[in-house]
Amino acid sequence: MQEHVHNSRLSHKILLLLMALTIIFFTSFLLGRYQVMPDMVITILLSKIISLPQTWTDNMETVVLQLRFPRIIAALLVGGALASSGAAYQSLFKNPLVSPAILGVSAGAGFGASLGMILYYPWWGIQILAFLFALLAVAASFLVSQIFGGSSRNSMTVLILGGMVISALFQAMLSCVKYLADPLDTLPAITFWLMGGLSKVTNSDVLFAFFPIILSCIGLYLIRWQVNVLSIGEEEAITLGVNVNLMRIIVVICATLMTAAAVSISGIIGWVGLLIPHMARMLVGPGFALLLPVSLIMGSGYLLMVDNVARNLTAMEIPLGILTALIGAPFFVFLLSKVKRGWT
Amino acid sequence: MILSVEDISFAYPRRPDLINGISFSVDKGDVLCLLGPNGTGKTTLLRCLLGINKIKRGRIRIGGRDISEMSARELARLVAYVPQAASVAFPYQVMELVIMGRSPHLGVMSTPTEKDMEIARSALARTGISHLQYSLFSEISGGERQLVLISRALAQQSNILIMDEPTASLDYGNQTRILKIVHELASKGYTIIMTTHFPNHAFLACNKVAIMKKGIIAAIGSPEEIITDDSLSDLYTTDIKVVSTKVRGMLSEEVKVCVPLMTLEAAR
Repeated sequence: MQEHVHNSRLSHKILLLLMALTIIFFTSFLLGRYQVMPDMVITILLSKIISLPQTWTDNMETVVLQLRFPRIIAALLVGGALASSGAAYQSLFKNPLVSPAILGVSAGAGFGASLGMILYYPWWGIQILAFLFALLAVAASFLVSQIFGGSSRNSMTVLILGGMVISALFQAMLSCVKYLADPLDTLPAITFWLMGGLSKVTNSDVLFAFFPIILSCIGLYLIRWQVNVLSIGEEEAITLGVNVNLMRIIVVICATLMTAAAVSISGIIGWVGLLIPHMARMLVGPGFALLLPVSLIMGSGYLLMVDNVARNLTAMEIPLGILTALIGAPFFVFLLSKVKRGWT
Repeated sequence: MILSVEDISFAYPRRPDLINGISFSVDKGDVLCLLGPNGTGKTTLLRCLLGINKIKRGRIRIGGRDISEMSARELARLVAYVPQAASVAFPYQVMELVIMGRSPHLGVMSTPTEKDMEIARSALARTGISHLQYSLFSEISGGERQLVLISRALAQQSNILIMDEPTASLDYGNQTRILKIVHELASKGYTIIMTTHFPNHAFLACNKVAIMKKGIIAAIGSPEEIITDDSLSDLYTTDIKVVSTKVRGMLSEEVKVCVPLMTLEAAR
C-alpha cells in the first residue's frame, strides 16, 4: 500500500522526473544531422546569459540557437500544455477519458489555420487565426452550455455536448475550406498542419506561445486544491466550500488558452493530453495538486522525446501528430491492461 | 435555535414547486430525522440547507445569519454534508478524500498542511477507520465508505451535519454502527439532520422527527408522538404497526419498532 498524500517518496519521484527531463533536454541538442559537441552546446547556451569569448563557429550557433533551441522549447511547451490541460479537464469533468480537445479547441484552431492558409496569410497570421478560432470555438461551446444548461445538475454534460456540437461545426467548416483550397499548394499545407509538427517553429513562435502557456499553468497551479475537490463532483465540492462556477470558468479559460497557444504553433497533436495524465495518475495518484505538476513534467519530456524521433529517425521529417498517435494508441491499451482497479 | 428554516420553497426553473412553505428549527444537539416516501422532496430540502439549491422564497438562518448571504466557504464551515456513498471517478485513497473536508478552512490558493493532516487523522480515528487511510475508496465496503464520508464531514469541523440516508443499503451491523456514531456526535453538541426510509432509526437515534409529504412537512415532534400506526400507514400507504417490546438490559427497557404488515386482499 502506498501513500498518495504527503510522502517523501512522492517528492523523490518528482525529483527523478525533473532529472530525467533535464537529461532529455540537453541530449536533444546533440541530436541532428549537424554534429555539435556537448561542451559546445553548453557554452553556446551559456553565452546567451553571460558573455563568453567565442570558441564556436557561427554555424554551430545557428544550429543550436536558431534551429534546435526553439524546437526543443516548443516541444516542452506544447507537451506540457497538452498534458496539464488534459489533466485539468479530466478532473473538472470527473472523467478520465476526456482530452483537451473536448470543448472544440482543436477543431477551432484547425479551421482558423486553414482559413489563414487559403487567404495566403503569412505564417504568423495563420498562427493568430488558429489561436483566435480556438478560443472562439470554446467560447461558443461555453455559451451553448450557458443558454441550454438549465439546472446545475446536468450543466457539465451540456457543456460536453456543446463541445461536441461546436467541434463538429468547425470540422465541417474546415472541410469546406479544404474543398475550396488549391489542391496543388494550399491543400497539402493544410493537411500537413493538421498532422501536427514542430519543424517550422522559430524563436518568435516560442515567444508567442510562451506567455499564454506559462501564465495558464500558474493559474491552474494556484487553484490546484480547488480543482482537486471539484473532481469528486460539483455538488459535493459546493458543500466543501468551493466556488464551483468560478473555478470551472478559471479551469476552462486556462486550459483553453494553453491548448490554443500550443496548437497554434504545433498543429493538431493528439493523445498527449489523454495519455500523459493517466501515466501521471498511475505514478502519484489522482490528487490534482500533484497530478498537475507531474503531468506537466511528463508531458514536456514525452513530447520532446517523440519530437526527437520525429526529426531524426528518417531523413525526412515525420509529422509529430502521426507519431504521438502511433505510439499513444497501443500504449493506451497497455495502460488499460495495467490499471486493474480504480476507474469506477 | 442554531438552524431555522422559515417558510421556504424551491423549484427548478419553469417547474412546479418541489417543496413549498416548509418551516422548522433545530437546536444544538438535536437529531432531526426526515421521514417520507420517495419523491417527497427530502433530498431537495437537504440540498436547500446545503446551499446547492437556491431557494425561491423564505429564509434559512444559521446562528441568526441568512445563508443566502454567505459564500460557499462560509456555509461549509457551518454545515457539512454526508452524501450517500457513491463511487468516485478516480482512484482516491481514503485519506485523500477525508482531507478534502479541510477545504473550507484553506485559502483558495493553498493546500492542506500537516495540521490539516492531523485533524483528518483524528476524524478517521473517531469513526474507527484509521486502518483504512491508505485504502482505495473504490475497494472498501459500503459501510466503510459511509464512515469515510462521515470522517470527511468531521474533518470539516462544522457543527451541523446533513446526512442523506446514511443507513441506506447497509446491513444491520453497519446501520447500528452509523446510528451509534450519530447519537454520540449529537451528545458532543453536533446538530444532525438526516433522512431515512427506516422509521425504526428515528426511535434509535433521533429526538425529533419530521414527516414529509408532497413537498411539505406534515408533522414534526418527538419520535414517540409522531411515529404512530396511523401516521406511518398513511405516509407509506401500506399497513404499518408500531409495537413496543420489553428488552432486558436495555437503557430504556421498552423498545419501539415499526412492522409493515402484508395484508392479502382475500384475508380482509
